[in-house]
Amino acid sequence: MNGQVTNPGGEQAVAAAVLRSDRFRLEREADWVRLDGMITAMEKGRLKRLADDDVMALPVLYRNLLSSLSIARESSLDAGLIAYLESLTLRAYFIVYGTRTTFGGWCRSFFGGALSRSVRAIGFDIVVALAAMVIGAVLGFMLVDADPQWFYRLVPAQFSDVRVPGASREALAGTLFGKQDGEGLSVFAAYLFNNNAQVAILAFALGFAFGVPTVLLLIYNTATLGAMLWVFASRGLTVEFVGWLSIHGTTELLAILLAGAAGLHIGRALGFPGKRSHLAALSQSGRTAAQVMTGVIVMLICAGLLEGFARQLVQATEVRYAIGYGILALWLAYFFAFRPRRS
Amino acid sequence: MARAAQPGRSHGIDPKLKRTLVTPEGVALAVAVAPASARIGALFIDLAALFGLVLGFVLTLALLAWAYSSAGLPAVSDGFVNFLVVLFIIGLLLARNAYFLFFELGQRAATWGKRAVGIRVASRDGGRLTAEAVIARNLLRDIEMFLPLMFMTSGGVQGSLSEFAAWSGIIWVGIFLVFPLLNKDRLRCGDLIAGTWVVEAPRSTLGAVVTKGVAPGAAAADAPSLPPDRYRFGDDELSVYGEYELQMLEQVLRTANPDAMETVAATICAKIGRSAPSGDERAFLDAYYTQLRARLERGLRFGKRRADKNS
Repeated sequence: MNGQVTNPGGEQAVAAAVLRSDRFRLEREADWVRLDGMITAMEKGRLKRLADDDVMALPVLYRNLLSSLSIARESSLDAGLIAYLESLTLRAYFIVYGTRTTFGGWCRSFFGGALSRSVRAIGFDIVVALAAMVIGAVLGFMLVDADPQWFYRLVPAQFSDVRVPGASREALAGTLFGKQDGEGLSVFAAYLFNNNAQVAILAFALGFAFGVPTVLLLIYNTATLGAMLWVFASRGLTVEFVGWLSIHGTTELLAILLAGAAGLHIGRALGFPGKRSHLAALSQSGRTAAQVMTGVIVMLICAGLLEGFARQLVQATEVRYAIGYGILALWLAYFFAFRPRRS
Repeated sequence: MARAAQPGRSHGIDPKLKRTLVTPEGVALAVAVAPASARIGALFIDLAALFGLVLGFVLTLALLAWAYSSAGLPAVSDGFVNFLVVLFIIGLLLARNAYFLFFELGQRAATWGKRAVGIRVASRDGGRLTAEAVIARNLLRDIEMFLPLMFMTSGGVQGSLSEFAAWSGIIWVGIFLVFPLLNKDRLRCGDLIAGTWVVEAPRSTLGAVVTKGVAPGAAAADAPSLPPDRYRFGDDELSVYGEYELQMLEQVLRTANPDAMETVAATICAKIGRSAPSGDERAFLDAYYTQLRARLERGLRFGKRRADKNS
């Protein structure tokens, strides 16, 4: 009994097959093996080496494979065959319904419109986050105005070196102009791994708790800013302080705002999923929020560069205003006015 | 009520991790969620690969710098070096994300670590795996793991890491690490947000046709070249087994281990009351397999399934 079936698909083999289900298999085996080879090549990223005929045949072969699997399940008891067809179908399915974009293609579409669309999609959350930040800043200013002791409660110790209530105008101005923190490089590095980047990322991550901690975090952080503003305002340095802050702060505060809004977007989907299931709402909002957060990371890197280099190099308040608000205008135009047609 | 035996690939997979995925064409496919052990293994391989890549890159840079200085070329200005270091820091920050994005956006939707343990990312709803989903799940990986570790390290280096911050960082990472164990689909927070899951990557090899005996009846006319079969089984001899036993027998025939075949042949003979075919087990089992399958498949065509010998 050594009747080996060596020539799959051949007339001889089909005729020699004993069972109907084996004849079914041998008649189609060549197609499966062809599809298998194509899928293997595509998985290895060699799509371009496939012949045009193969690419044209792919959808047909895939449909045929699906029907073969359905038939085999109902008519064949060859477990090895069914296992093969199942896993081949799954592989083919992953290829046919796989990602369409490459990394480079994604970068193009992301910066060429997808980011702006995502930011516009969370417009409501941006308004809420902005309100929280404005309330925080006003609150901080008013609290310190009412009782300067509040300053020490609001501002972390590392910032309140000389910048405390009652400091002289000269000391305060000294922190705004001239080199203070060493080289741009160390400032940049410290920036990226420190406070404000953490605030932005925390604001997003805490959105999972229905967004409440995000709002509190935004209020608290801008309250610090408001308290600081009061100190400088009390010595008539408001304009200079805002200029010093604006050069990188417009980018940075916008990044924190967007991160907070992205967190709120997720929290809102969790709290009020509407007619969707919680999981569906979460993944839908999560994808939008993740796009925004990718933009936030780019913005934080920009803010780090501006703080590390531009703030040291540019000492004139007018130029600081021009740079800070020029960049802000660019960001806003990119996010809200840039509406390329979907391709 | 006739019930189909579970055929094939799903043998040997934790039944708790088996899922059904329905393709847009309406065909149900069995998928298996990747177990936590595979996930953590893939993560460590990826971390090692990333570390190796960064180390290789830094060594290349150091080598280039050494070659530059030993070649006696004019020294570069501090400003330019600073600029390069800034680029390097940004690159380091983005390299991690780029690694995961690049590989998970590829056709195999798996990083090197995932490929090594045979798992891949897929969309949970059976639809297309989108770039947004891959971004989302990898962005969350940063928040779950890399960033807290990075802040803790930089805080530790600068000496500003308080005990409270260190503990909260550790707890933070710990919560996210055990999160996949707390839900049935082994979803990381990133998977939850992105609408993805990680499943076993299917592998396929097609075995040869097993049936070599002669089916009773029609087959003799189809294949006149085959020698007449020595083993013929009656209906009562074939009706003792169902699909499950058939597929066990198929496995025995595919592996073709002489000891196993001898045991199985003896068992079948005892069951149907024949004397053991000593020295000729292969032919006996081939014939029995073919005729049993012919019988069961005929039943199948008439809508009668028999899952195993007890049904």
